[in-house]
Amino acid sequence: MSVEFDRKIHNTLADANLQLAIYTATARLKEKRIETVAPDALPDYQELRTQANAVKKHTIENLDYYLEEFERNVEAHGGKVVYAKDGTEVADFVLALAKDRGARLIVKSKSMTTEELGLNERLEHQGLEAVETDLGEFIVQLAHERPYHIVAPALHLTRYDVADLFTKRLNVPRETVIEKQTAIARSVLRQKFLAADIGISGANFLVAGSGAVVLVENEGNIRLTTSTPKIHIAIAGIEKMIPRAQDLATFLKLLGRSGTGQLLTVYTSFLSGPRRAGEIDGPDEFYVVLLDNGRTRLLPDRGKRQSLYCIRCGACLNACPVYRKIGGHSFPWAYSGPIGAIITPQFMGVSHEPGLPFASSLCGACAEVCPVKIDIPKVLLELRSDVKKAEARDQRNRLEKLAFRAFAWLMTHPRLYEMAGKLAASAAPPDGSGWIRGVPAPMNIGPLRAWLSQRDLPPAPARSFREMWRRR
Amino acid sequence: MGNRVSLFVTCIVDQLFPKVGMDMADVLERLGYQVDFPENQTCCGQPAFNSGYRDEARTVARHFLDTFESSECIVAPSGSCTSMVAHHYAELFQKEPETLERVHSLEKRIWEFSTFLTHVAGVDDVGARLDDVVTFHDSCHGLRELGIKDAPRRLLARVQGLELREMQPAEECCGFGGTFAVKFAELSGAMARTKIDAILSTGANTVVALDLSCLMQIQGALSRAGSKVRTMHLAEVLASR
Amino acid sequence: MSRDNILHRVRTALGRSAGQGVADPPPVRIRIPDVDMEQRISSMFAAIEALAGKAHRAATPEDARAFVAAAIEGKSAVASNAPFLAKCGIASLGGVRSGITDREELRGLCAAADVGITSADYALADTGSLVMISSPHEARLVSQLPPAHIAVVPRDRILTGLDELFSVLPDPAAATSSMVLITGPSRTADIEQILVRGVHGPGQITVVVVG
Repeated sequence: MSVEFDRKIHNTLADANLQLAIYTATARLKEKRIETVAPDALPDYQELRTQANAVKKHTIENLDYYLEEFERNVEAHGGKVVYAKDGTEVADFVLALAKDRGARLIVKSKSMTTEELGLNERLEHQGLEAVETDLGEFIVQLAHERPYHIVAPALHLTRYDVADLFTKRLNVPRETVIEKQTAIARSVLRQKFLAADIGISGANFLVAGSGAVVLVENEGNIRLTTSTPKIHIAIAGIEKMIPRAQDLATFLKLLGRSGTGQLLTVYTSFLSGPRRAGEIDGPDEFYVVLLDNGRTRLLPDRGKRQSLYCIRCGACLNACPVYRKIGGHSFPWAYSGPIGAIITPQFMGVSHEPGLPFASSLCGACAEVCPVKIDIPKVLLELRSDVKKAEARDQRNRLEKLAFRAFAWLMTHPRLYEMAGKLAASAAPPDGSGWIRGVPAPMNIGPLRAWLSQRDLPPAPARSFREMWRRR
Repeated sequence: MGNRVSLFVTCIVDQLFPKVGMDMADVLERLGYQVDFPENQTCCGQPAFNSGYRDEARTVARHFLDTFESSECIVAPSGSCTSMVAHHYAELFQKEPETLERVHSLEKRIWEFSTFLTHVAGVDDVGARLDDVVTFHDSCHGLRELGIKDAPRRLLARVQGLELREMQPAEECCGFGGTFAVKFAELSGAMARTKIDAILSTGANTVVALDLSCLMQIQGALSRAGSKVRTMHLAEVLASR
Repeated sequence: MSRDNILHRVRTALGRSAGQGVADPPPVRIRIPDVDMEQRISSMFAAIEALAGKAHRAATPEDARAFVAAAIEGKSAVASNAPFLAKCGIASLGGVRSGITDREELRGLCAAADVGITSADYALADTGSLVMISSPHEARLVSQLPPAHIAVVPRDRILTGLDELFSVLPDPAAATSSMVLITGPSRTADIEQILVRGVHGPGQITVVVVG
């Protein structure tokens, strides 16, 4: 792994306050999920997962068809679809539109996709004001940080951090009471909603048969973002597609429960096009930006393509014993947790952070909770193989390759394996001396040293099993 | 099914915890099975597979297939090794139809120890006795890949003198994860310490599990923490009289 | 241009050609439970109250009017143009502005009002949700901007849940540019996981079921 990754992990592990914050926040979300998907609460939970997986599989395998159907339907309802291959094209589109309409102020709702693109930075660079309106995102935007968790962006900050930020960046008297901090944010953002020229959202789902975007939230900022400005732009990865509105009867039941243990989030918006004739309010213009940004690179791989089924619920983060220790900022990209670990290498190339697929004990808790049944451990294992193939090609990490070649050779020569075992045992302290705290130099290197840094080592037995068996 | 079983003790038992293999054989023999130990066995190949070295894993897997070719029934004291064979060997040989055939045959013949006892031997009570307060750790591969949850608990419930206290949470990973334990040592250690907190909260004297990789991680952490709590493999508990 | 490029890349990745059809998708999964109206109302109330919303049963439209009048006493209110509100006489209550069709005027009123009053197109019994469809009768902002929201709904609009909603309305886009399900008051737990109600949307929600 890179030094950077190692360092970030170490720093997070060493920060006791952060450890507590991550652990308790995820524990709460985890407990709530369990309550709402329990057999007495949702008897058809497993069937719904199977259905969701099947619908996603079908959609992804026929994605071009559904993209075109979606486009036709959006346009039939008076909206427009724009395809963008990357963040630059998205930004160019928004900037051109803003310029043409004389727009200066943009309100944004929480969108991992726009986070992935670094959209805000690009827009601000060109003189537009792009304000995050989800409370957690608003806070991390003020702090110039990345979100920490898919559904809890400011998980790592305390009310005192927020008080400092608000005083410094909003020029308000210091306030540490959480309800009052929320009221401050509401008041500031209310002005923005009412003055904004453009509202930018993501999309939880794109509904091909309706030409609609579906958005879920608890605060109400998405409703305002998509209702008060005259222009609404929804930016979504092409993989967000589902075929029919009726499929939402499956997906919405899974999304709220899996992510936060809510039966439904407070607001679920189903938006298709600008306001219709006779409708009193709503935007005059409606755009859906369909984003590639590397998704088409994931599509060809049949085994790993399932990574695109993700509905961004965050359940895998809350279940993952690794995420719960290293947190969101240890990950190299916008997406963290198990889903981040499998899509980052596929988008960025395995060499971007070669340690990432290995930062897992393969416990499988993620696969167990994934509402769309992505087999995350399987994809991790394939990525590990991809990393090693890339290393072999680039002639890197040759010592490790050699070690595993030796391992394979030893394990196919039983007598030699037995001899090697005896040799290793002879170097160890005699049996009966209990577990080993440390070993003298020059043995205190490599894996042995790493093991001993955290736990004791078992003593070598006097005889191996096969020796004991023979003497029976 | 006849009454012959072959032991696949696993490399970790062979080299580090041989008593577990002997205890497992003991329990099986008491139940009337004829137990053999195919001498050519070494390892299932999981370390290579998990580290991304599939060619090397295949090499070891082929050796395993040869070693156990004629074993009607194979029993292993490990959920992760059983799962490697029963679930991941097929992935390795997708492009070799003949080997894949042999793999599919093997998948039906290999059993994790506790599942063998409850599902094949059809017993819960093996006549064991151990006066102790224990807690049980659900090893991840056994739990999530093989679906093992009840079998070990049913067996422990019938051990005379034994009190089982469930830890909260029982299903959380101990942090071993194979080479993960040394590649991400600090992280693995942190996960182990969370696990032993849960263990110590139960007040149990002993932690029982199906996998020695987990037990090695847990015992290593307990020992480092200066705790007197000990670990035992299920086979050792069931062999106790 | 990007459209053709992206579609081409998708097709190549999937081994599909332009204009190629698709096999049928897995059939939709819709399971509508059999629940009588009294049970629906009871579930709905339990769900709303569990979310810290308020629910009230009014036997008649007049009762509904009286309830709302008391609830908005001393407050400024905006009401949507839902015919049901007119039928209940709520649109004509003192302190209530209604009948607005101009977007800017409505926005200004909603931004200043203490309470927004609407009806609802449907309600969902199992989750306690209101289904609001944007139309000449129901504008979006009435249920968004004011800090309190009162919805007055005739009982026959109450469906069992999502499955029934999507059975009755298989494509909401055919009817409207905006369908929103409102399930409880606006909330967040973004700071230290402490729950706060009334972030951007209304912090108080009251559902009045009539009949």
